[in-house]
Amino acid sequence: MKRSHEPIFWSLFGAGGVLSALVAPILILITGIITPIGLWMPPQALDYARVLGFAQHWLGKLILLAVISLFLFHAAHRIYHGLHDIGVHAGTGAMIASYGGALLGTVVAAYLLLAIGF
Amino acid sequence: MAQVRTYVRPMGGWWRRNPFFVRYMIREASCVFLAIYTVILLVGLFRLSQGESAYESWRAALVSPVSIVFHWVALLTVSYHAYTWWKVSPKTAPDIRVAGRPLPDLVIAAGGWLATIGASVLIYLLVRWL
Repeated sequence: MKRSHEPIFWSLFGAGGVLSALVAPILILITGIITPIGLWMPPQALDYARVLGFAQHWLGKLILLAVISLFLFHAAHRIYHGLHDIGVHAGTGAMIASYGGALLGTVVAAYLLLAIGF
Repeated sequence: MAQVRTYVRPMGGWWRRNPFFVRYMIREASCVFLAIYTVILLVGLFRLSQGESAYESWRAALVSPVSIVFHWVALLTVSYHAYTWWKVSPKTAPDIRVAGRPLPDLVIAAGGWLATIGASVLIYLLVRWL
């Protein structure tokens, strides 16, 4: 019997689901709302030097890679399986677009984190 | 050969017929906002790698009304995802027993909700004061 690849994608979906349920709302609030408008968070909190320092630290790199990669794989899984709900019969093309997109995002993030240096 | 013309129930707008399915679709749609938000972060990382002026122009774009509105919608839908994720977590959690009795579903779900609140406060304090 052909082995299913579903467990791999479900694990990534589940990991992304847990991580996004824990931290996505506060990250969206900090990076997208309160810091840009300067309410409850001084704009200096996300200054270039500070964010660069975070991205140069090995732990910062690990956090950024985990957030970007797992969020993308979580979304990819829901988008791929959600196509059926909106009347699209998903095939190989949809699979490449969704999971492939998440993989591409992961590779790009990893490359950028290496390019930023230590 | 002539097509057999049996009745096929139309499925257009199926999820709008029942509030349960509407909530299901909102939960599923949250991932689109999460994906867009992640791409915004990825672009930010790219601009960061290009230097200070590139990074500052990325930050300037985040102040635009379109960006603020998007982030509000993303915040609401992704928060709903977080709520539902922990709400169904008792179905996926391992069988935890205390004194021989399984933990009530509400206790497991509440543990998740508290974890999200705790992580949010911790991250806010770290970004703000560290």
